[in-house]
Amino acid sequence: MNPLPAEEYVHKCTTACAGCTSSLSLRYILKAAGPDTVLVVPACCTAVLQGVYPATAMNVNVYNIAFAAAAATASGMAAAFRRSGRSTNVICYAGDGGTVDIGIQALSGALERGTDFLYICYDNEAYGNTGMQRSGATPIGAVTTTTPGGKTDEKKDIDRIVAAHNIPYMATACAAYPQDLYAKVKKALSIPGPKFIHLLSPCPPGWRYSSERSVEVGKLAVKTGLWVLYERERGELRINPASKAAMKRPAPVEEYLKVQGRFKGISDEAKGMLVAAMERHHRRLLAEEAGTC
Amino acid sequence: MLTIATGNKAVAAAAREARPGVVAAYPITPQTEIVEQLATYVAEGSLDADYIPVESEHSAMAACIGASAAGARTFTATSSHGLLYMHEMLHWAAGARTPVVMANVNRALGPGWNTWAEHTDAFSQRDTGWLQVFVATVQEAYDVTLMAFRIAEDERVLLPVMVNLDGFSLSHITQSLETVEVGDFIPPFRLPHAIDIAHPRGYGTLTPPDIYFRFRWDMERSMRASREVIAETEAEFARRFGRRYGPTEDYRCEDADVVVVALGTLGKEAEVAVDILRNEGVKAGSMRLRWFRPFPALDLAGREVVVIDRDYSFGFGGVITHSIRSTTGVEPYSVIAGLGGQEVTYDDIAQFVRQREAGKEFWFGVSD
Amino acid sequence: MFEIRIHSRGGQGGVTAAKLIAQAAFHDGKCATAFPFYGAERRGAPVVSFVRISDEPIKVYSQIRNPDMVVVLDASVMDSTDVLAGLKESGPVLINTAEPPAIEGHPVHAVDLTGIALAQDLVVAGSPILNTPVLGALARLGLVSKESALAAIAETFDDPRNVAVAKAAYEEMQL
Repeated sequence: MNPLPAEEYVHKCTTACAGCTSSLSLRYILKAAGPDTVLVVPACCTAVLQGVYPATAMNVNVYNIAFAAAAATASGMAAAFRRSGRSTNVICYAGDGGTVDIGIQALSGALERGTDFLYICYDNEAYGNTGMQRSGATPIGAVTTTTPGGKTDEKKDIDRIVAAHNIPYMATACAAYPQDLYAKVKKALSIPGPKFIHLLSPCPPGWRYSSERSVEVGKLAVKTGLWVLYERERGELRINPASKAAMKRPAPVEEYLKVQGRFKGISDEAKGMLVAAMERHHRRLLAEEAGTC
Repeated sequence: MLTIATGNKAVAAAAREARPGVVAAYPITPQTEIVEQLATYVAEGSLDADYIPVESEHSAMAACIGASAAGARTFTATSSHGLLYMHEMLHWAAGARTPVVMANVNRALGPGWNTWAEHTDAFSQRDTGWLQVFVATVQEAYDVTLMAFRIAEDERVLLPVMVNLDGFSLSHITQSLETVEVGDFIPPFRLPHAIDIAHPRGYGTLTPPDIYFRFRWDMERSMRASREVIAETEAEFARRFGRRYGPTEDYRCEDADVVVVALGTLGKEAEVAVDILRNEGVKAGSMRLRWFRPFPALDLAGREVVVIDRDYSFGFGGVITHSIRSTTGVEPYSVIAGLGGQEVTYDDIAQFVRQREAGKEFWFGVSD
Repeated sequence: MFEIRIHSRGGQGGVTAAKLIAQAAFHDGKCATAFPFYGAERRGAPVVSFVRISDEPIKVYSQIRNPDMVVVLDASVMDSTDVLAGLKESGPVLINTAEPPAIEGHPVHAVDLTGIALAQDLVVAGSPILNTPVLGALARLGLVSKESALAAIAETFDDPRNVAVAKAAYEEMQL
């Protein structure tokens, strides 16, 4: 395991919640990207936790933009950089709402046009910045402020939507596995064209657990098989060893659900659908990896 | 029933009382409590409505238009960038004559991101054909949301209505609230041109230059007729529920030499400034403008006017300043204050009046 | 008009405390308004909320500049915030602490709200509930009547321990 660069681009003065795994992840992402980077940030928690003007906790260029527009902004920015000979990393860093719901049009367009950028969706499975309302990425059965009885629709599978754009590189990651995230960002930035990383980002106020358990919750997501770590490079799928192991011998899904207040009282039906979706997902991935689909 | 509530909760309570069939909404600070409360009402069964958690504000308004066209009473809420994101569909809702009611929690526009009160968001929609009203208390937010449905759905109007309340200053403040049982104050929803399978029609089809303008004139005719409908509705509300509203809320204006005009919570804060000025021997009054579209006839002749614009139209000036100048001929002292939630106190307002100069513009915090 | 400023951290219920005070004042037949100052309200960040109580309808919406009383729900905010800013001469300060500091020029009232909440195991997501016991303490100081304070709590919360901690704080409040 190589040591990570010591330089910090996210300083200890963000206004993030205690236990925020997004700001934790951002440190590793920027270590991988380095200073020749612009973060394009739409409305989301990151737009706020940079701090209040005139101060900022970020030691890298951050371009804040309207909610729906991150990927489109990146398209324009990347074009301008490249035509002037600059290889600056253009990285969209957006929440799940800004990716899967209001931002999906711009994302699809940027991917389809071959934009040279990296899009990272940090997914806390709700509209975190506005107080935890449901998003298309909220899992079935989860309580949010607009699904007080638990969400009745399944989590939108943004990864399959992105995969359908046949981009050179995409991956899933989890904030509890920062070395893996670092490696994936480094890999992505070495490849020209559109890249996408879907980062599971446990959220103490949103998921309703005590803030010191963030890493534990992230690891449980992977160990239960509910969140699969993988990369798809030029169409070739590689599932992370940790997830391979979890698919063979998953920790009981109960262990993940019971830590989180948002799943308290989840119906057996919703739980069943969660597990069924997970098993479908595993079958598809394994078949893809084996080349049988 | 007497209770306490925030502005947002009052709006949600009134919306429930109006019994919409479809609510399509998207969260944005500082409106979120409205949509959360409505989702809770639906989940617990106290509101029999379809709650559609759309993926953006553009879709929220599109869904409301579709629902209204299919014969359902609709309600939504937004703010600032959300309002702007549905701009195209605001024009569409008015042109399609769908009487959607929407609460807009006034909030400043980015960049930089700012979640505090400012009126530019609503005023930037002033040409869309929506009726617009501004409230200043929790009680008024409740009452006016109820009235909005009756006004919008009146056959003489059939235009959508936007109820504006100041972000945080009113949306998040707790005040007393008396709720009502609306009874038949809001008649059942009946859209004359609702989709009718037995009589199929093309809606919004390609309309050539020799006809299109007639539809626009129809809209303006309804907008003019709405003045009477508003007055009737407010009178009926007073008769049934005891609270009286008008185009403005006037305080000590009868013998005033100088009148402060403002919208929203600053219009209430101005009343405290008026009392301070009166104690100094200045015959001041305040006129809180409530209805912005249709813009009312204001009785300001022969007085000095200080306008507080919590907005700005770049390269032109304060929107209310110009509205007053062009409709009354009076030359106001134009104060630009409260942008992005800038703190404006009754002491500041009193000082604006003391330093007034007709025809001049004063940017609070910038101008010397 | 009586104006109170409440200092707390996000997630501790400081905003709800303001609402509860307004609700209790309302039961006392007064006019009252309550509102937060909304910053980037993240869990753990310092938060300020305001309450105004008056016999007349309240038309003021601007922030409270010169409170008559200051309430500090989390004493640690005093490290980074001047909780006394604008406090009227001799205005009382109510602090959630077992060890009240001396503050020159202002009477300090101390009550261990955290201890009271923990004694009843009234804890949510790792944080002891402070907004209901503080209402009992404020009733003891005469801000609102005891009956109205308990009524406001009972109307807002199902868990009866909230009334219990308010009663406990009322008793333990040292004048």
